[in-house]
Amino acid sequence: MTDTTEKAARPKEAAVAGRPARSRAPRRLRLRRGLTPWLFLAAPLVLLITFTYAPVANMVAYSFTDWDGVSPELSWTGAGNYVELFTRPELFEVFFVSGYYLAASAVQIVVALYFATVLSFNVRFRNFFKGVLFFPYLINGVAIGFVFLYFFQDGGTLDSVLGLLGVHSDRAWLGTPVSANVSLAGVSVWRYLGLNFVLFLGAIQAVPGELYEAAELDGANRWHQFRYIIAPGIRPVLSLTVILSISGSLSAFEVPFIMTGGATGTETFVIQTVKLAFQFNKTGLASAAAVVLLLIILAVTWVQRRLVPDDKVDLV
Amino acid sequence: MSRMPRVSRGGVARTLTYLSLIAASVVVLLPLLVVLLTSLKSEKEMADDSGALQLPDDPLNFDNYVTAFQDGRMLSAFGNTAFILLFSVTGTVIIGSMAAYAIDRYTFRFRKLVVALFLVATLVPGVTTQVATFQIVDSFGMFDSRWAPIVLYMGTDIVSIYIFLQFVRSIPVSLDESARLDGANAFTIYRKIILPLLKPAIATVVIVKGITVYNDFYIPFLYMPSEDLGVISTSLFRFKGPFGAHWENISAGAVLVILPTLLVFLFLQRYIYNGFTRGATK
Repeated sequence: MTDTTEKAARPKEAAVAGRPARSRAPRRLRLRRGLTPWLFLAAPLVLLITFTYAPVANMVAYSFTDWDGVSPELSWTGAGNYVELFTRPELFEVFFVSGYYLAASAVQIVVALYFATVLSFNVRFRNFFKGVLFFPYLINGVAIGFVFLYFFQDGGTLDSVLGLLGVHSDRAWLGTPVSANVSLAGVSVWRYLGLNFVLFLGAIQAVPGELYEAAELDGANRWHQFRYIIAPGIRPVLSLTVILSISGSLSAFEVPFIMTGGATGTETFVIQTVKLAFQFNKTGLASAAAVVLLLIILAVTWVQRRLVPDDKVDLV
Repeated sequence: MSRMPRVSRGGVARTLTYLSLIAASVVVLLPLLVVLLTSLKSEKEMADDSGALQLPDDPLNFDNYVTAFQDGRMLSAFGNTAFILLFSVTGTVIIGSMAAYAIDRYTFRFRKLVVALFLVATLVPGVTTQVATFQIVDSFGMFDSRWAPIVLYMGTDIVSIYIFLQFVRSIPVSLDESARLDGANAFTIYRKIILPLLKPAIATVVIVKGITVYNDFYIPFLYMPSEDLGVISTSLFRFKGPFGAHWENISAGAVLVILPTLLVFLFLQRYIYNGFTRGATK
């Protein structure tokens, strides 16, 4: 960047740069002042464009080709990949797997909301419970995968616990598509509940305490307090969580990849894309799939912003 | 922190509340405790088929840990993780704070565009673009080196810019101005005034980023296939291969990986909660 070198050579004038009174300064000074911020933004912008925008642009371009990711030759196939994606049902089936994770997210939000509400009142061992609920979120995904592989093993944790309770189940929890997907989605709830919980807890505690006192004087019970004070107070966080959950469900990868590798009908969209691109060398098709996923996530985000406009985004 | 006043209600409700909390704790802790128990068992005990909840005969049997540590190449895994952590976290702090300083303290042409670029980038989930990102990283010759994850962690972390932006905004502009009158240039102001006052934000970013990098699997798995470039996630993942169904060894590996997280969590609890609340809501 030429701006950068020129600026670095003359640090003195850069000092004058600033927000106020730009109209009075002589033109040369104004020019330099204008360059200073770019000096600071050069590295972040280069990285941002190289690793976010360039990939998105390339991905869109690849999605119209039959490139295998290796050979120098690639030919333009128009919308061929998209047609293939939408007409070969097995390629689209992976989206149904997301349904399990979506359902799990709904459960997760409700449960997190319940515990956040409960633990914002006076409860004994409050910090202990808080820590226990949040900790799984911090654990390494591979370790979680192994913990739960053992959990669902034949004769593993779950079977032993059920045995203690008198239920002698003899089933391979990860053996059929439905039970495998339910199990894996359950692991996701176990893992991500803590994040939602902590976000809700923070939002609830930001609600002024006097509101509860006033409500109590008016004879409101716990449910009324939740319904009329807590729920409206945390609406922005709630809507953010819904977005994160939807995009998270669509892009589920780690838990199923580590635990089943996508076997027995647990292949998710991202697992499929990774396989298409890096195992079967179908970079073009994989890119088209990724574009579809990206568009879905952007659409969901857009809808959410329309529905909940009070979500303050005051960056500028 | 506003605690809500205790509502005097029937003991039934309170009992149910505690029961639900205890049930949740069991659900969270039991899978982890069983893995800890398993990691202390010997191969023979495992073969007994006495069930996962059986206590180990010798609670101080660390043989499995030795196996996991050596055969799982954990030492080099921790080394690689530490190397990547150091560079990517430092880079994130410098890059994020510089971007936030420029965006908040200067009015310049295309400022809105720059902010929009950072904002829109948060909407692009990293997993979707990985196929194309891979080609770019590869064209720089960084594939299968520790620099691939480092630049990716630095370059795609937009959340930290928001965290810094909020803090820079709370620093009075008058501080900059008085320094400027004393002859300080933009870089001096950034280094001597802004950066030291950003300490709480830096702590937040270091913690959030540190945990994310430590736990990440996807990026090292895709970009560093070499055995000797394993980070803790990928090393643990590969460790399972040769040890197939030896759950006592695999469990020990998992515990080895979880333990540092647990220690960090216990020591930095409050900052971690704050960090994640701040990081995710922005």
